[in-house]
Amino acid sequence: MSTTTATTPSKYWSGGKSPFNVEYGKLMMWYFLMSDAFTFGAFLIAYGTTRFATNGWPNANEVFNSFPFAPEGTNAPLVFVSIMTFILIISSVTMVLAVHAGHHMDKKGVVKYLILTIIGGLAFLGCQAWEWTHLFHEGAWWGRNPFPNADQTLSTSNFTNFFFTITGFHGFHVFSGVVINVVMLIMALNNKFEQRGHYLMIEKAGLYWHFVDLVWVFVFTCFYLL
Amino acid sequence: MEHSTTAVLENKPDAVVKEIWKVTGILTLLTLIELALGFYMYYSKMPDGFEKHFFKGAIIILMLAKAFYIVGYFMHLKHEIRNLIMTIVVPLILFVWFIIAFLYEGSSYNNLKNTYNPYYKDHSSQHMEKKEEPKEEKKEELKKPGGMD
Repeated sequence: MSTTTATTPSKYWSGGKSPFNVEYGKLMMWYFLMSDAFTFGAFLIAYGTTRFATNGWPNANEVFNSFPFAPEGTNAPLVFVSIMTFILIISSVTMVLAVHAGHHMDKKGVVKYLILTIIGGLAFLGCQAWEWTHLFHEGAWWGRNPFPNADQTLSTSNFTNFFFTITGFHGFHVFSGVVINVVMLIMALNNKFEQRGHYLMIEKAGLYWHFVDLVWVFVFTCFYLL
Repeated sequence: MEHSTTAVLENKPDAVVKEIWKVTGILTLLTLIELALGFYMYYSKMPDGFEKHFFKGAIIILMLAKAFYIVGYFMHLKHEIRNLIMTIVVPLILFVWFIIAFLYEGSSYNNLKNTYNPYYKDHSSQHMEKKEEPKEEKKEELKKPGGMD
């Protein structure tokens, strides 16, 4: 990053240096995330298209209205999912702080914030596991939709199919993000980054983790608010 | 422009942390506004129509603002050089076409079905019993072997 100041932008394409001014791994992580954005985009657009091609649709506030340990019949729309959203935002913040500590070669800080990020990821996965279990016991699963449309007309199983597929695919990303962060934590504890002289690997893991948060912003809005 | 800001931030470590917390505050605020709009739409029992579309549009704009802050600040893209920003952002412009084309296609397909397929319209306007009754049926169904498929 400090090399940036020495050169002028006009010379980036004159050869001999990266025209993007980042190392190879980080650039490839960006391209991977872009392709992943297209995958999620395709899923969400398919969901939107199906919704536009259907006469009615269940009201998310009536479907996702439960809360763990709350008595049967509790009506708390949006509450549980907003907690999930904040968990992910906060774990994203701790990840930025881990990357920032890495810039200063602060091993203790990296370890501390990585552990917090991993806890956040696991908490999110736990919330999702509870929500899926709850919906399953209400009779919802791939191919089965017990929830009527908002106007009480007959609904299709497209609603549950898209919900479980897209949140499942996102949850899988969260899970792999947690695995990556655990690997980073082990590497940091073994002084791998100290030996290399830089913590650039944390930045790449951080990009992935923020992307998971970014996707949740879209999934959350499309499924719970719109 | 872009890297001069970076250089300033690199020199003052506190400025970076300050920026992180500022962005956290903005993200929290935007999420709270989104939730407030969502709650208002639900509890005011807003009918489908212009007002609801307006609220949903506002939520989409807030969602895009959140995406901007996450990508720009947390993923640091705003502080990268222009070449990198463009190589990531320009391909994503395709989404504008994807969304318009596919949603238009979906609604057109629905109109065609409603116009030319009497069974479809009839079926989709049938009344569905409330959650409580089918719940019992579903539970019995679960007990059958292979009920999960």
